[in-house]
Amino acid sequence: MIQLTHLQKLEAEAIHIIREVAATCENPVLLYSIGKDSAVLLHLVMKAFAPGKPPFPLLHVDTTWKFREMIAFRDARIAELGLELIVHTNEEGRAAGVNLFASGSRLHTDVMKTQALRQALDKYKFDAAFGGARRDEERSRAKERIFSMRSPEHRWDPKSQRPEPWRLFNTRKRPGESFRVFPLSNWTEADVWDYVALEKIPVVPLYFAKPRPVVARDGMLIMRDDERMALRAGEEIEMRSVRFRTLGCYPLTGAVESNASTLSGIIAEMRSSRVSERQGRLIDHDGGASMEQKKQEGYF
Amino acid sequence: MNAPLNLPAADIFPIAAPAALLRFITCGSVDDGKSTLIGRLLYDTGAVPDDQLASLHADSRRFGTQGDALDLALLVDGLAAEREQGITIDVAYRYFSTPRRAFIVADTPGHEQYTRNMATGASGADLAIILVDARKGVLAQTRRHSFIVSMVGVRRVVVAINKMDLVGFDEGVFTAIANSYRAATRHLGFEQIVFIPVSALRGDNIASLSADTPWYRGRALIDYLETVDVSALAADPASLRMPVQWVNRPNAHFRGFSGTIALGAAHVGQDVKILPSGRRTRIASIVTALGEDSSAQQDEAVTLVLEDEVDASRGDVIVSAQDEAPVARVFDGRLLWMSERAASGQGLIVQQGMTTANAALSIRTQIDVNTFAEQPTDSLPVNGIGRVRIRSEKPLVLATYSQDRTLGAFTLIDRLTNETVALGVIDEVNPADLPQGHAAVARKAPDLWRRLLAPADSSSETLAEALSWRIVSALIVTLLAAVATQTAWIALLAGAADFALRLVLRAAHRDAFKRATALRQVDPEQNADGGGI
Repeated sequence: MIQLTHLQKLEAEAIHIIREVAATCENPVLLYSIGKDSAVLLHLVMKAFAPGKPPFPLLHVDTTWKFREMIAFRDARIAELGLELIVHTNEEGRAAGVNLFASGSRLHTDVMKTQALRQALDKYKFDAAFGGARRDEERSRAKERIFSMRSPEHRWDPKSQRPEPWRLFNTRKRPGESFRVFPLSNWTEADVWDYVALEKIPVVPLYFAKPRPVVARDGMLIMRDDERMALRAGEEIEMRSVRFRTLGCYPLTGAVESNASTLSGIIAEMRSSRVSERQGRLIDHDGGASMEQKKQEGYF
Repeated sequence: MNAPLNLPAADIFPIAAPAALLRFITCGSVDDGKSTLIGRLLYDTGAVPDDQLASLHADSRRFGTQGDALDLALLVDGLAAEREQGITIDVAYRYFSTPRRAFIVADTPGHEQYTRNMATGASGADLAIILVDARKGVLAQTRRHSFIVSMVGVRRVVVAINKMDLVGFDEGVFTAIANSYRAATRHLGFEQIVFIPVSALRGDNIASLSADTPWYRGRALIDYLETVDVSALAADPASLRMPVQWVNRPNAHFRGFSGTIALGAAHVGQDVKILPSGRRTRIASIVTALGEDSSAQQDEAVTLVLEDEVDASRGDVIVSAQDEAPVARVFDGRLLWMSERAASGQGLIVQQGMTTANAALSIRTQIDVNTFAEQPTDSLPVNGIGRVRIRSEKPLVLATYSQDRTLGAFTLIDRLTNETVALGVIDEVNPADLPQGHAAVARKAPDLWRRLLAPADSSSETLAEALSWRIVSALIVTLLAAVATQTAWIALLAGAADFALRLVLRAAHRDAFKRATALRQVDPEQNADGGGI
């Protein structure tokens, strides 16, 4: 018997999980955050239901601070695939003047990401939301289930998670309860890029190096994507050849200096890299168990 | 936007990623050094990035147990509560790879109260690493973990005898523990047991052989993990089992049955039948995102299109035409009870294959995981393992776990709390208990005809086939009678009698046979008080 390769096994597992949600949940949604993990997830969802289309919409929680290229890529991709996309922004937060620079990253993340996500899930009564999170990303994610149960208040209780033996997922829930579902749980960053290359999956061009206007701030290289980012005294915009390993809100996402302008270049760079991908994400460093805490509050 | 929406072909290059995947579990008693071992594997294979190492240095000073040295265990203790208490509470999954293989590790807790987490981690594993503290030898926990690992079907075990540095790398200690482990697990059916003397803390015999164990003739742990062959037994290439997970009907012109191939392979033109109904048809095409495939193999997630407009829904199983998978409501197996509430027989749902059904549980014995002795009982405590009989409200397509890791596995769910309360494996299916009473009522007329006409294994024969051989048989009798008697009316009478008597006698005989064999089929509900033999 020919063995499936490592990537074929991961692909089959993810498609199985995706179909399980379609078969057992009433109102699923795919959390689409435009990055490479979302790109892979979207590709797998298209495969799972071919020749039909996914029987659920996509949801993008827009904090209004995403890179412009991300939004352009999102709109082009959704149009190309002919899918339904819901874009949700926390309008109360925006009206209250929550601003990344004035309010700080912690409040911004809570209001414009965590609260916004909860608002959207409640508004459309989604009972299962796919996310592209992987267990290799962060310590508390390493212990999260593939079907991660959330209370009606969207809270995660790490100490009472359901066992998931074999492929037998218990998808029963009470009214108000919901699932976050992570089909890429067992993928690593390297698997994601290898799969992007193998399946020729389109990704946001920000992942590829090119000269971009950046400012050195708090030990990171921040790309000034629009006028809202005021320069501090002594700061100067320089053109440097950079790329991004992860994509989020632009003022919170550090660029890396690189000349890798092709997929093979990115993969070679990642293999020799000695730092983890989320190192460029400011919000992860608010204290040792920071992600665990945010997840308990309802963050993805 | 001038994004490379379609990548240039020149940028697609041969993947350097490892082709094969090994899933393994580490288990052992409390403080045997499981987390340290995994931390060591991650560290030695370069899977720990510099920024994580930096926070590890900070955490080691704060929570560490190794003085000023790096506490590698902190790499895998993910939850804040775990780091504070210095124990592993939940299954942690870790990932690393070498040029030869990719690895997924389930790091599972040692405490008895977390046995269920361990069993979950073991259920998907190709191999288990069982840690033994060289100073303590084989403990009750070692036996328990070995038992659970064998119950969920792990056939290859590495016994890592750890903390060898604390016993002066003494070969005698190593050999004594290896012998006592072999003796303790003789009946568990492991195909291969490999013993490796290690020190996870110092790295002896992990990435490379240690100078302190010159007497050790085997290989270093990582070297062994990279090369061990865990490929499943080759299934019969003509066989196929695919539980229907989802019916794909995007429009009126397409109907496909999606699922993951549990056993064997699918190919276009293959004769298949759908269980439980037994309807026969053929695979018309195998649909993928890229178009169509001519075949698909075990573990692939596929969509099958069938030739006839047959009815199949989630939970049905598409199998190769000659497949003998039994359809039954009752099966015997072993299960691990995972709920804090003691096991009782009512209010349960069995989840198996791609289906769920209300079920009654009767517990027969509890297995002592330390001595492997069995005691009759009618309830199980949390983390208790027992032999049980399960009666499902509806017929299920079943298999024994030793033959089929998909159809032979099940969980139980509490109908009120939705909690997953047990996981188990099927040891024996009771096909004699075919759905009679309640199922017969629901059967449609053609099915009734089929039951009268068909041979014992009615699921494998269509109505047309059953009718046809009986008509042929009656014609032969007519012909023989005609030749023998030279009288047309006697010949016709003999033929008609042959046809009719077969139906009547068959039904009468079946009832008598059922009554006779029923004496041996004890109804589980009747012995729920623990008659469990």
